[in-house]
This record gives sequence, C-alpha cells and structure tokens, in this order.
Amino acid sequence: MTTVMTASDAQGKIRPSSKPRKKGLDRHARLISIAGFVFLIAFWEVSVRLFSVPNYILPPPSEVAVALYRGIASGLLIYHFGFTAFQTLTGFAIAAVVGVLIGTLVTQFKILDLVVYPWVVSIQTLPKVAIAPLIIVWAGYGIQSKIIIVMLSSLFPILVNTIVGMRSCDQGKLDLMRSLQATRWETFRKVQLPNALPFIFAGLNVSIIFAILGSIVGEFVGSRAGLGNQILEANVQFNVALIFAVLVILGLFGLTLSTIMRAIQKRVLFWHSAS
Amino acid sequence: MNLVSPRNDGIAHTAVPHADFMLLEGITKTFDTASGDTVQALRRVDLAIGDGQFASVIGSSGCGKTTLMRIIAGLELDYGGRVTIGGRAHSGPSRDIGIVFQDANLLPWRTILDNVMLPAEVLKLDRQASLDRAKWLISLVGLGGFEARYPSELSGGMRQRAAIARALVHDPSVLLMDEPFGALDALTRETMNLELLKIWSAAKKTVFMITHSITEAVFMSDRVIVMTPRPGRVVDDVTIDLPRPRTLDLMSEPQFGDYTRKLRRRLNEA
Repeated sequence: MTTVMTASDAQGKIRPSSKPRKKGLDRHARLISIAGFVFLIAFWEVSVRLFSVPNYILPPPSEVAVALYRGIASGLLIYHFGFTAFQTLTGFAIAAVVGVLIGTLVTQFKILDLVVYPWVVSIQTLPKVAIAPLIIVWAGYGIQSKIIIVMLSSLFPILVNTIVGMRSCDQGKLDLMRSLQATRWETFRKVQLPNALPFIFAGLNVSIIFAILGSIVGEFVGSRAGLGNQILEANVQFNVALIFAVLVILGLFGLTLSTIMRAIQKRVLFWHSAS
Repeated sequence: MNLVSPRNDGIAHTAVPHADFMLLEGITKTFDTASGDTVQALRRVDLAIGDGQFASVIGSSGCGKTTLMRIIAGLELDYGGRVTIGGRAHSGPSRDIGIVFQDANLLPWRTILDNVMLPAEVLKLDRQASLDRAKWLISLVGLGGFEARYPSELSGGMRQRAAIARALVHDPSVLLMDEPFGALDALTRETMNLELLKIWSAAKKTVFMITHSITEAVFMSDRVIVMTPRPGRVVDDVTIDLPRPRTLDLMSEPQFGDYTRKLRRRLNEA
C-alpha cells in the first residue's frame, strides 16, 4: 500500500501547472482597475473644484474622506454601522437556516410541496419592500422589525435555489442509492444534500446582498439607528458628504460579506468546477 | 479447441448444474404513454442465465433491454412475470446485485476510494474488510494510485473503471451493466473490454451486459441474446463458442466474423 501512496503523492506534486502565467495576468488586470479608480477620484475632485459645484449637490472626494474620518473618529458611524451589521447578519443567518430547511422539506414531502409551494411562488413575486411598513407597524421601531425585513428580503433566493438544487439530482445517482436499498435519510445526506450545495451557495451569494438592501430599506421606513437612518438624518441636514461617507461604508461592508461568502464556498465546494 | 480456461471451467455452456442461476420467467412490461396509449415494452421474456456466465443483450433502441435490466435490478417493480436469482424470487433491489450504469454516476465530492466504498457504507459492511477489498478492486481496474483523487480529475474511461470497482465492492454474485462503455471512444472501449474480461475472470461474477455493439457482445460473452422492439422480445440466443482467455486478435478470426454476421442478420430480420 505504501508504494501506492508515494505514487499518488508524486503525481500530486506535478499537477499544479501553468499557474505563474495566470497570476501575472491577474496582477495586470488588478493594476488597471486600481489605476481606473484613482483616475475617477481625481477627475471627480478636479471637476467639482473647477466648476465650483456647491457642497450640498456634490462634495469633492476629499470632503467625503474628511466626513468619513470624523464619523469614525467620533464613534458615530461605528455605532450606527454596528446596528446595521448586526441586523443584516442576524436576518441573513435566520433566512439561510429557514430557507434551506423549508426547501428541503418541500422537496422531501409531497404533501408539503402541494401545500407550501404555491405560497412560496406567490409571496416570492411580492416586492418585500412593499410590506416593510407593515412589519414596522407590527414589530415596532426597534431592531426586531429590521431583522424580520432582512430575513424576508434574503429568504427567497436561498429557498428557491435549495428547491432547484434538491430537484436537480441525477436519476442515475438516485437509482444507485435505491439499488443499494439506502434509506431516505442516507440518500438525502449522502447524495441529495451535497448535490444541492452549489445551488444553495449561489442563493446565499445573491441573498447576502439582498440582506443589506433589506436592512437599509427597513431603516428608511422606520428606525432610530443604523446607517440607513444616518442617510436620512444627513439628507435632512443637507450633509451630502456624510451620505457619501455612509455609502462608502456600505460598499465596503457588501464587498467584505460577499468575499467571505465566496471564500467559504470555495472551501466547501472544492469539488465543484464552477466555484 | 481450448474452450475451457483454468478458472471458469464449464461456464461457456448452459448445461451446467447452475444453468438457471438467474431465471426470468414470462417477464412482461407495459408503459402508458403521454397520449394515453399503452406500449408493450417487453413481451414474455424467458431467460435462464448460468452461474458465472457472461451474457450480453443486443438490440436496437426501444427493444426494452434497459427496462429488462431495471427489472432484474429491482428498480422497476411494476411488471408481469417472475425473476429468481440464486433460487430466491426477488421483488426489489438486492444486495446480491452490482450495477454499472451508462454514466459512471460517481459522486463528485467523494474521492475515488470513498466512491468505491459507498455500497459498503450503505450496506453497513465491515469497514476494514471493505477498505481492503475496495483498494484491491481499484488496483484490479487499473486505478492504483488514484484512490485519493476526485472524479473530475479522471478521464471518462477511468471514471467508468471506478464505477465497475464500486459495483463489485459488496461482492455481489451478479453484475448488471447497461451499455457501460457506450460513452467511450473506440480505442478506450477495446481496452475496457479486455480489462472487464480480466476482472470477470478474477472476480467470478455472473454478468448481464447490455450493449449496442455486436463486436463487443461477441468478444466478451459466453452468450449473446438478441432482442427486437415493438414489442420487446427475445428472438435469438447464441452461444459464443470461442476460446478463452480472449485477446483482440480473436476479432480477426473467421469464426468471430461468422458470429457477428449471424447476429447482424438476426437483428436486421426483425
């Protein structure tokens, strides 16, 4: 057996090929994208100053940076970011658990499929933003109502993808399990669930962005704190630089979350070529 | 003629003690089509396949050969007639059967070794003994050293080899194969045919193989069963009296040509 192991080890070492060239190309593309970004900021700064655009219409990037710095240094933006981040992640986590659970149950039990699925389809078409005011009325101005709105906004991509993933299983693989007299649980755990994972992750990637969207919309409709709340405040005060500062934080937040999601996906779906 | 090779003595003939190891009696199957008609997929198929025999079924598409295999496999339960394997009537999937599908159907998230181990896991066989057997089978199908690889790292032929190892890991006495090499190129296919004969002589299984290829059927089998469509039924059952072990040179022998010609004529008559 030892000889076999060494043989496979040796092959494993040879495999990584043609990587250096791809890395060089990646670095090239990254440089171009950074250069483009720097150019855009410079163009913005120069044209705002050149045409003396008033601050309450469009502040130059330097003033946005100052507003961002002051907001963070005073702790104001950190406090509000904490609210938004907490409700976003909590709502998303609940949506992930509920979405995968309902999606699984619907595909495993015919009766639930008949009873629940029509509801899923009809609620899915409803814009979740439209029911945000109702949620505020029912659950109040506190963080609970925002968590519910985030949950509803991010639930459906996960739920629908779970259902599609569970149904996309090859008949051949199911026949294989059946020929071995596998129990329903074994077939689910060993074949259907791993088979659905690429679909579930695709849903999670979409949902994480929807979760941030739901969070901000929820705060717009009714809140006492959070980054969406700060945008409204700044708007009333014509503090456009602060609005941009919040947008920068939101952008970075979204980017971070989706990067983390992709890293997790890459680890879990190492066997899946598309991920 | 050296008809009997050292290990599968007597197998080439139906007149051995276990001539009816796998017995199909009056197998009938009808399907309801979408337009409301009923189509007879199989009409009164009677077959007796001996213990350790290599039997192939050929026939054009729609002759019911895959349906017949699914019935033997216990995957198709709604049919008329009786299937008996090793003296026991069966009414569903059996652990005494290993199946190789047209597609390898490996689980992409499992290594080759874990894929081959799947039947042992599901059937809750002794883990250490199964591991040893799985490793032996993997080297038997020529995949030694690839135990820790994933299916996406293997070629189509290699995946199908892994599928064959998986079908044998729980040591079934019957190996069912549905066009196992249908998706492979001609050269790989010939290599796989030779490999399978080697595995068959080492593992001593009763093989029931479905194929589109007359050459493949004659080359591999002790017996070739000819089926025709509408309704699917057996029209001929030819014993292939060629020496074993068989090599690719056999294909250029006149007797080999006689068999393929005869079978082609039978297929075209219908």
